[in-house]
Amino acid sequence: MWSFFHKLGSPPWLYRISGSILRWLLPLTIVALFAGAVWGLLFTPPDFRQGNSYRIIYIHVPAAVVALAGYYVMAIAGAISLIWKMKMADVALRASAPIGAALTFIALVTGAIWGKPTWGTWWVWDARITSMLILLFLYLGIIALYEAYDNKEAAGKACAVLALVGTVNIPIIYKSVDWWYSLHQPASIKFTGESTIDPSMLYPLLFMITAFYALFTCCLLLNMRAELLSRERRTGWIARLVAESR
Amino acid sequence: MHPVRRQRLLLVLFVVLFSSAAIGLMVYALSGNINLFYPPAEVAAGKAPVGQQIRVGGMVVEGSVQRSDNSLEVRFEVTDYQASVPIVYTGILPDLFDEGQGAVAAGVLNDSGVLQASEVLAKHDENYMPPEVAEALEASQRLQEQQDG
Repeated sequence: MWSFFHKLGSPPWLYRISGSILRWLLPLTIVALFAGAVWGLLFTPPDFRQGNSYRIIYIHVPAAVVALAGYYVMAIAGAISLIWKMKMADVALRASAPIGAALTFIALVTGAIWGKPTWGTWWVWDARITSMLILLFLYLGIIALYEAYDNKEAAGKACAVLALVGTVNIPIIYKSVDWWYSLHQPASIKFTGESTIDPSMLYPLLFMITAFYALFTCCLLLNMRAELLSRERRTGWIARLVAESR
Repeated sequence: MHPVRRQRLLLVLFVVLFSSAAIGLMVYALSGNINLFYPPAEVAAGKAPVGQQIRVGGMVVEGSVQRSDNSLEVRFEVTDYQASVPIVYTGILPDLFDEGQGAVAAGVLNDSGVLQASEVLAKHDENYMPPEVAEALEASQRLQEQQDG
């Protein structure tokens, strides 16, 4: 277990292994996203009250779920960076921030597009939506903070602390619809008890959530590889890699 | 684990726990302001301010929606099954506004306890199902009621 952990800290090993993972995961993800979208948009019944407008759920919910999970990935990378001083953890932290920001943005925009015909408004300052906006600012803040430092080690440390402090927002987002009166409805997918969404609509949704997790993993690995190449550009293993590919 | 790393691990846990506790307490203290709307029971108990812009939310009472013949004025009541608040609104209602469904109205409460709404939003619940399933559910409910009655 520890030897695997130590290997993760080695840039050439990580670069090689991420390359071989991406070779099959990336095509699989693209196919899954396409298949899930077709399944959700064409092969599910309309909702009894909303008609067809509910279909935005197949983008909105997966984006929001993975935006929250991605924050934990980033915060755990930050914790590893603080405790073990692993450079690769800094790379993972910096690489996950823009993906999380993009997913949060997608969740907010699709929510607004759905809210206009359903609720009658684009935006309302309820607990769920406001805490989601704070999540977007946390992600953007981490990108900005990282770029504000010239010394990347100091940048990693500062971002790790900010990421860890921000974790408090995740359970708040998740439970906001239960703790306070909000316009946003409570969760339809329940871990305990029966989900309040019909199975014919639920399965494509679960499929899309899985596809979005895979998408997050692909983007994370691609971002990390790019960051690795730029950080380690003066080292021997990259010179060898370039020589090999010629 | 190396003692230095153990110390850093404790520091990380300390940061997470105490920042969570601090922000958690702050959110708890502000809890009342985070609610988007007042439930009708609190309005009936006089907890909602009169003459100020507030929101009231609940289920639209079945049979309470009255539309005016010559204007866009609508009167209806929202309830949380403990109390209900009458609402007057002039304007176009959202498509999903319906009797027996959730709604949130923003406006000013007058002295007689009527909310003069300037905006009405439909609240969607967490139930998603195909129309056939909804019909089947309704039919079985009706059958149940006939058997009970």
